[in-house]
Amino acid sequence: MSSTSKTLFAAAFALALASPVLATDFGRPATPDEIALWDIDVRPDGKGLPAGSGTVAHGKEIFADNCAVCHGDNGVGGIKDRLAGGQGTLASNAPVKTVGSYWPYATTLFDYIHRAMPYQAPGSLSNDDTYAVAAYILSLNGILPADGKLDRDSLPKIKMPNRDGFVPDPHFDPAKLFEKK
Amino acid sequence: MITQDDDVVDRDGAGKRRLSRRNFIAASTGLAGSLVAGRAAADSLADVPPREVGADLSGRSERSQYVKISRIPEATPGKRNIDPSDAINSKTPLDKLFGSITPSDLHYERSHSGVPDLDPAKHRLLVHGMVKKPLVFNVEDLKAMPSISRTVFIECTGNGWENWKKADPDLTVQNTHGLVSTNEWTGVPLKFIVDLIGKERDSNWMLAEGGDAAGVARSIPLTDEILNEAFIAYGQNGEPLRPAHGFPMRLVMPGFEGNLNIKWLRRLKFGDRPWMTRWETARYTQLQADGKAEQFQLRMDTNSVITSPSGTMVIKPGYQRITGLAWSGHGKITRVEISTDGAKTWQDAQLNSPALPKAQSRFQMDWVWDGKPTKIVSRSTDDKGNLQPDRKSFIAVTGSNALFHYNAQQTWSIDETGRVRNVLD
Repeated sequence: MSSTSKTLFAAAFALALASPVLATDFGRPATPDEIALWDIDVRPDGKGLPAGSGTVAHGKEIFADNCAVCHGDNGVGGIKDRLAGGQGTLASNAPVKTVGSYWPYATTLFDYIHRAMPYQAPGSLSNDDTYAVAAYILSLNGILPADGKLDRDSLPKIKMPNRDGFVPDPHFDPAKLFEKK
Repeated sequence: MITQDDDVVDRDGAGKRRLSRRNFIAASTGLAGSLVAGRAAADSLADVPPREVGADLSGRSERSQYVKISRIPEATPGKRNIDPSDAINSKTPLDKLFGSITPSDLHYERSHSGVPDLDPAKHRLLVHGMVKKPLVFNVEDLKAMPSISRTVFIECTGNGWENWKKADPDLTVQNTHGLVSTNEWTGVPLKFIVDLIGKERDSNWMLAEGGDAAGVARSIPLTDEILNEAFIAYGQNGEPLRPAHGFPMRLVMPGFEGNLNIKWLRRLKFGDRPWMTRWETARYTQLQADGKAEQFQLRMDTNSVITSPSGTMVIKPGYQRITGLAWSGHGKITRVEISTDGAKTWQDAQLNSPALPKAQSRFQMDWVWDGKPTKIVSRSTDDKGNLQPDRKSFIAVTGSNALFHYNAQQTWSIDETGRVRNVLD
């Protein structure tokens, strides 16, 4: 080894030691195609909603086949979470929390059905079917009419009845937590 | 401890006599069935079985056949003795544990769609969103990174929910408080991952998502505290995570809601605002008396419970060792007080070492029960000055519909037969 290359080697070695992370040593780059496979989250502003659409009428059929066994025929009376009704009960001694009485964002409904339902086969509903089931559940709560329809533009515009029913913990209020000083 | 000399020791400085040998004997004498009298009459060394050669050495230590100890799968408040397929959580037997570490197989469990059987060779963690360099990691990548180990409690936000509206007198402390446990977790600081991917400046929130069927996901604010303390764990009490607790990797969020400690972690996405997932809107929010719900109440508050004597136990008059556990998501437990007269007067309990920040701490105090009906209760204070509230003040502030974040003082009543029961206050 020449003295020059020795010096270079020593410098590179010192740099490696001083560097807090040897970034290239850990993991591998994620490709856009594979990220798209897993990037399923939907935000209240609609970011993350896929193309597609679904009607209340179609959602009623999907619901009967996939959801009613746990949630009841009209989203009421099933063995699992009640999905409809309960509006006006939240301040009572027996509050009934449903999509219609409690959920603040319609986008959450799409996100949750798409990622987690039906319980035995999560992720099995197509985007169109997910819009349709969401539309049907909203119609059960009087939020969409019987001839209603949902897509990526209309879903984020829905104002849920309990949209203003939440008060953030002052220590973790998203509106103030990272305000620039 | 019982003091070994005849001098009365004034330990709390308030002139109140603590236990000495002399008044211990005085207290025991004449009280039928006291522990000491019972023991003296019971046995002879001649009755102890002789020594004999034991079982072959084995690849794994099992519990003694004489130790009956297990979690209890349960559902929502009041729904016990259910089919395991209907259970939504499984509670730690706090009344049968010592010290402050929970054995791995008895750490409480809350799973939202069953326990997935994940092959670590095929498991991947995707880190992406508002970052300069989206990356994919496997378990071996994490193990190659600098690691930390930390002993912390994890507590389900539903812990204590049996007692919001009424107290079932037949509940044990496992039923009332079994959704909290303390383990030593080992893994990679979140900050190390954040440095690798190059978080963008306005990217102050992180969506953490599990690889369970439901894909449980929570938005986590990247405060300095969380960036400094959160880590991705692959080790639990010195071994790989158990499947029920997130194998092969999970998030650990010291001091914060159990459900933020995402198990079977498979995705971290960075962004500039919360996602408002089902779990942070419809589920883990606290309905107040006025019908509004508190959201992003992420920290677990100052708490404690007496684990012995506790619900359904039967005690005899005379000497008792009161012991229990205290914990706070704010920091370290600095003081635990116990009342043996229904919260009229309080005495400092002894706090065992080490009392670690955001970990359960064991406390104990000696007591002579005079055989008269009474109530015992504990309250804890942490190093940020937070005092665990009494139930009346707690309910006055929160109402009784919140379902989650119950940290009121737990009262056990003792009747004249020595039977210990769960009561509200």
